[in-house]
This record gives sequence, structure tokens and C-alpha cells, in this order.
Amino acid sequence: MTIFEFFLWSLLKVAVVTVVLLLGVAYTVLLERKLVGHIQNRWGPSRVGPFGLLQPLVDGAKSFLKEDLIPTSVYKPLYLLAPLISLGCALISIAVVPFGAPNIGPKGMDLFQISDVNIGLLVLLGVTSIGVYGIALAGWSSNNKYSLLGALRSSAQMISYELALGLSLVGVVLRAGSFNLRTIVEQQATKGIVTWNIFGGFQFLAFFIYLMAAYAETNRSPFDLPEAESELTGGYHTEYSSMKFAMFFMAEYANMITVGCVATLLFLGGWTSPFGDLIPQPQNILVHALVPVFWFVAKVFCFLFLYVWVRGTLPRFRYDQLMNFGWRILMPLAILNIVGTSLWLAYR
Amino acid sequence: MHLILFFLFAGFCLAGAINLLLQSHPINSALSLIVVMTSLAVLYLLLGAEFLAAAQIIVYAGAIMVLFTFVVMLLNAGREERTLGSRAARIVGFPAVVAILGVVATIILHAQGLGTAALSQGITSTEDLSRVLFHDLLLPFEVTSVLILIAILGAVALARRGDGEGTAQK
Repeated sequence: MTIFEFFLWSLLKVAVVTVVLLLGVAYTVLLERKLVGHIQNRWGPSRVGPFGLLQPLVDGAKSFLKEDLIPTSVYKPLYLLAPLISLGCALISIAVVPFGAPNIGPKGMDLFQISDVNIGLLVLLGVTSIGVYGIALAGWSSNNKYSLLGALRSSAQMISYELALGLSLVGVVLRAGSFNLRTIVEQQATKGIVTWNIFGGFQFLAFFIYLMAAYAETNRSPFDLPEAESELTGGYHTEYSSMKFAMFFMAEYANMITVGCVATLLFLGGWTSPFGDLIPQPQNILVHALVPVFWFVAKVFCFLFLYVWVRGTLPRFRYDQLMNFGWRILMPLAILNIVGTSLWLAYR
Repeated sequence: MHLILFFLFAGFCLAGAINLLLQSHPINSALSLIVVMTSLAVLYLLLGAEFLAAAQIIVYAGAIMVLFTFVVMLLNAGREERTLGSRAARIVGFPAVVAILGVVATIILHAQGLGTAALSQGITSTEDLSRVLFHDLLLPFEVTSVLILIAILGAVALARRGDGEGTAQK
């Protein structure tokens, strides 16, 4: 493959994946509004289109057309940069996620992954850790006490939970012996659901820790203290309006999707079917290519459903509870999991 | 390709470092430092040290610099005042800096057995790196970690002392 072809294919993949991700973001918002509505015994959006299915488009148009206010006393360069960092990091991290079977496509190239990196997992963690700056800078440059408090909370929370998050993934990496996301999936996919890391790999403790830390990392309920509207009037994005606010909003939902993808890849067998070899491999090339994508999307959807379910059910943590939970419970548990997994691997 | 990327990110790195010194607002300096760290990570990647590059981003750009900005935001440090500096600093300082840099550079250039690394397609795998780190150089590695632990304990002890009575918050 010439370098020109490579660039062309990569550009195409980037464009398609970005569009799909943004659509996913839009419809995750709708999913959340519908589900939370039903949890609270009301209908949720139902007027625009059948079952409210066109609501995301209307929301987008509204965000675009609203007046874009910039308060007078903000520190402008960083105020404008912050939403870009947030959304940029949220979109970049999808680049290393494989969402379909390998080597399907012309000339044996990966059609279902933008780039197959040796250290894919570390790239994901690195990009997410840069994303903190979006929120921190937004809060600081807004020159508003609520924003600043939200940003401080979020920085402290993200640093604390990133540790637990990273440590919870070590068990999976130990089992696979690689940071490559494809290798990790293929290692756990030999016999379907029984060999998934969460069941056959005995990583359910790690999965629990990852789940908790991921809620905190994406600032979702019950860890949504950075934007706790009852005390901080919206936290770091108080001073943002129209499309800039929408960018933070999109970043949050894109992060949710990425976190769901990572959970799927590391614990739930990625794009492989839960039935393993019980179902014979389809012969049709199109079906062969699309069935793995279906499983992947279905798993990520379950994860997003869980996200919304938790949001509709649990109250918000208090700040000291949040810190205690992160440092005194999740961290030791994660280290325990690492020790346990390494002992098991050593004396198996 | 490698050479172009090298010059691009070496340029970013230098520009970030110079900007770090010139900016008068602490948060801008902190952000320039993040640019420096990230460009360094790309340079590591060009040398084939992929794990080091990822660790550089996660640890330095992602964790330590967040703490820096956190402290800057928490203290709400204002602009620093710009003075022209003392005369002695200007007369002695600049030649001294040049001299020290020269000495360090010549020592590094003449040192034997440092080995070289070329911009290349090759990649040092995480496995090779950890074999060196946890097998060949195990003792220095452990000693360093004990050293860092002592530093943490010292920092905690110092911070606790200031937290007692008499030092009211302002």
C-alpha cells in the first residue's frame, strides 16, 4: 500500500468514525432524556418526530442559533481554548478503539479501527488525562467563583480516580501480556462469555473498580460534583453559552461512549460474540464483517443504559465521601486485585 | 518523515520552553510547560520509546501538571512583577549560564559508552524495557522508589506541621 492510499483510507476512516461518534453522542443524549423520563414516570421528549427521534437535531440547531455570549471579565484565550481541548480529547481517544474483526477490507487492512497501536490502552489513558485541562481551564478562565470551585473539584476528583482507574486495568493487562487492545480482546475471546475477563478471568472486582472510577472520570452522577447544579449553578460551564456549552456537553457524552468502548474491550470480550464457537461462522463476507460490529455496539449500548440507569437512581455523593471512597476503598481494592491476579498467574 | 516530525516537535519544545520563561502569568507558564512535556513525548516516540512516551504524557502532562495548574488556580496567583533584575545578575548571570551549558554539552559529547539512538522505525517494546528495569537494574530501581517514598513522607510531615494551631488561614 502506498503512502497516498494510506492517507486516503485513514482520512476516510476518521471522517466516518467521527460522524458516527457524533451521531452516537446526539442519540445518547436522547436515550438519557427518554430513560430518565420513564424512570421518573413521565414521557421524555416525544413531540419532534416519531417517539421524539428527531429531538437531537432540533437541540443541535438550537445550540447553533443561540447568541454566543462572552462575559467581559473572562481570560479570553483560555476561555476559548477550554471547550476545544475538552471536545478534542474526547474525540481523539476513539482513534485507537477497534470495533470490529481485524483484517477485513481491501488489501488486508483494518477497516474497523483507525490505528492499531502497540500501546493502545496507554494512549487512551493519556488522552483522557489531558482532557482534564479542558474543565480546569474553563473554570479558571471564567473568572467566576462557582466555575472555579467546579474546576477545582473536578481536577481533584479526576486525579484521585485516575489512579484507581489505571490500577484496575493492570489485572487485564497482566492476563493479556500486552497493551494492544486487539490482543487483549483476542486473548479473552477464545470460548465466548465464559472466557471474558469479567467472568473467566476473575476480573469482576477490577470491573467494579473501573466502573466506579469511570463514572467519576466522566463527571457523571453519582460523582457529578464538578457541575452539581444545586450548589454550583452548573460548575465549570456556568459562564458558557450556545455552541461552547454544547461542546462541553458533547465531550461529556463522547467520553461516556469511549469509556463504554474501553469497558467492552477490556472486560466484555470486545467485538466477539458471547456464544463463542457455538454459532458457526457466517460465510457471507458482509455478514462476517457486520456481526462483530453489532456485538460491539450492543455491548456499548448496555453500558450506556447502565450509566443512565445509575444517574436516574442514585443520589450525589458528598465531597468528603467521594474522596474517602476513591482513596480508602477503590485504591486498596485495585492494588489487592493486582496482587491477587499476579499470584494467580504465577502459580497457575 | 521522521526528520520533519523531529524538527517540528523540537521547535514546539523550544518555543514552549522560551514562552514559559517570557510569560508573566503563572497559568500561561504552566501551560507552556505542558506543551514542552507533550513535545518531548513525541520525540521519545520518534526514538522508538513508545512506553516512555505514553508514560511521559500520562504522568507528567496528565498528572503532575494538573497539580501545578491546580495549585495556581487554588492560590489564584496573580501576575508576577517584572523587574529589570540586579546588575550583577545581568553581568555575571548570562556568561555563567553560557559557560555551564558549554561545560555540560562538552562533557556529554565526549562521554564514552552512552550509546546512541537514531530516529528510526524500530520500537523498543514494553517487554524489553521492563526486563531492563525490573531485572538488570532492579536494585537502583528499588532504591529510587524508596527515595521517592521518603520524599513523600517528608512532604507530608512538613505539610502537617503547618496545619496545627496558630497558623490560621488567611
